[in-house]
Amino acid sequence: MRQVVFLAWQSLRFHRLQSAILIFGLAVTLYLPLAVNGLVARYQASLLQRAGATPLVAGGLGSRFDLVLHALYFRGHVPRLLKMADVQALRDTGYAEPIPLYVRFTARHAPLVGTTLDYFAFRQLPLARGEPLLQLGDCVLGAEVAATLNLGPGDRLLTDPENVFDLAGSYPVSLRVMGVLAPGHTPDDRAVFVDLKTTWLIEGLAHGHSDVTGTNTDANVVLDRTATNVTANAALVEFTEVTAENLASFHFHGDPGDFPVSAILPIPRDEKSATLLRGRYQVPDATVQILVPRGVVEELLGLVFRIKRFFDANAALVGTATAAFLLLVVLLSLRLRRPELETLFRLGCARGLTTRLVAVELTGLALVSAVVALTAAQITWALVSLW
Amino acid sequence: MMIEVEKLVFRYPHSTFTLRVPELSVAEGEKVALAGPSGSGKTTLLHLLAGILLPDEGRIVVGGVQPPRLGDGARRAFRIGQLGLVFQDFQLLEYLDVFENILLPYRIHPALTLTAAVRERARQLARETGIDHRLSHRPGRLSQGEKQRTALCRALLPQPLCLLADEPTGSLDPAAKTRVLEILFEQCTRARATLLMVTHDTGLLGRFDRAIHLAEVSR
Repeated sequence: MRQVVFLAWQSLRFHRLQSAILIFGLAVTLYLPLAVNGLVARYQASLLQRAGATPLVAGGLGSRFDLVLHALYFRGHVPRLLKMADVQALRDTGYAEPIPLYVRFTARHAPLVGTTLDYFAFRQLPLARGEPLLQLGDCVLGAEVAATLNLGPGDRLLTDPENVFDLAGSYPVSLRVMGVLAPGHTPDDRAVFVDLKTTWLIEGLAHGHSDVTGTNTDANVVLDRTATNVTANAALVEFTEVTAENLASFHFHGDPGDFPVSAILPIPRDEKSATLLRGRYQVPDATVQILVPRGVVEELLGLVFRIKRFFDANAALVGTATAAFLLLVVLLSLRLRRPELETLFRLGCARGLTTRLVAVELTGLALVSAVVALTAAQITWALVSLW
Repeated sequence: MMIEVEKLVFRYPHSTFTLRVPELSVAEGEKVALAGPSGSGKTTLLHLLAGILLPDEGRIVVGGVQPPRLGDGARRAFRIGQLGLVFQDFQLLEYLDVFENILLPYRIHPALTLTAAVRERARQLARETGIDHRLSHRPGRLSQGEKQRTALCRALLPQPLCLLADEPTGSLDPAAKTRVLEILFEQCTRARATLLMVTHDTGLLGRFDRAIHLAEVSR
């Protein structure tokens, strides 16, 4: 067999261009379905793992797909907003501990996730560097965001304005980076976490400014002053970053129960509590919907796989066409090589040697093509996971 | 006798041609030319002696063995181990260099084992035939004479009892023809091998121990 492999190798090496073309053709045919199937499998596993790790999601009425994608993966449309009163109502049922999320803003294009410290405990997100959120205006970065933006504890991160032409809209706030999360290969890696109150600050529901109640306040700033109220004009500069010096000046306006959240992660005490909680909200006049994310994601993937079946059929067709093409190439090549094979026979080669020679060559080409396709697919998977 | 043929009859399927050789013999160590007009069956006879073709009737004995009576595997082993075959068109493998072409019989049949001694003998044959400076070259870069000398080395390497050469000088210029023939005789003498060579060239017949005219033999 060693001699046959030697002869096959010499032949392939001599006909290197033809060999390379065959390897390329085969490798591409193998690579495409391999890469796509691998990507889909990885994507599916990743989606299901996240969904499986989240028992329930609560949110405003509307698309269940939007709500789950928003609450779990921080993607897609912001669903109909809830209020903090809804969070409290959920807590009051006694069936679950709600973790509120407010994901509406971005910082350097990374989703800004307003939540409570419970979220970090629930998702088991350890810090790789720095400290957890301590006060208003602090943020903790996901591992990928920190690496991409080259930021670490002590740095500052400016939130993105909603609309640069809307002067009345939310204005950018400079966040203090407190820590960086350890990489978990989840959507958390690509998010910036702040306290819920910080998102309300960005929303404009809270602000901080210099004291206008004192007697030495610039008279040009004060529009009206009564015994209980001071009205200032637009000349009063609001703070765009929270520091130890101005922290005390930040205050909220309005009823905290009306402050918005975009989703809630209810953590039920047990399975029974989860069922009872879902039952509680399955009433015709409910304004909150509670979903089991795994079911929604599976439904979503079902739609994706229906489309994938078309791709698989296409790949099978291309594979069959390539196999037919290769068969033709092999038959033509055998015809071209007839003098060579005839020489081997005339010299007295061992029985079956010519068949084995051709088989070894084809096997070699197929193996190299498979290795090339697999390597290319792995590179693709690695690149896509980085991206 | 090295070669004995009696009452040989061979017909190609779907052809009117019939080769008949009532009797033919070649002694051990003899150098015999096989002459005859085109289509008289010289190459066919060589292929029958080598066991590449099987006769319809008659008896063929080469080196004490009757190739037609051997099974396919044994016939192949006999051909590669006991006979040296040289073809007019050299039949070298284009993807192997000269050295590997010479070693080819040892790569294509387990009856022959490729050892360091065999490699050394291949180098020696290449030196003796004057192609040792071409060992790493592929056939595409060789002259016709060099190609035929390579084919000759390949045939001689397994130290055959009998060399069957099918017009080995047919495509060579006069100088190369003379050189190849000298080498062929020299190597056969040195190896005490019998030579049966097909040739059209009547000018060469005088250099052989004997010439057999197939047309006369098969009459």
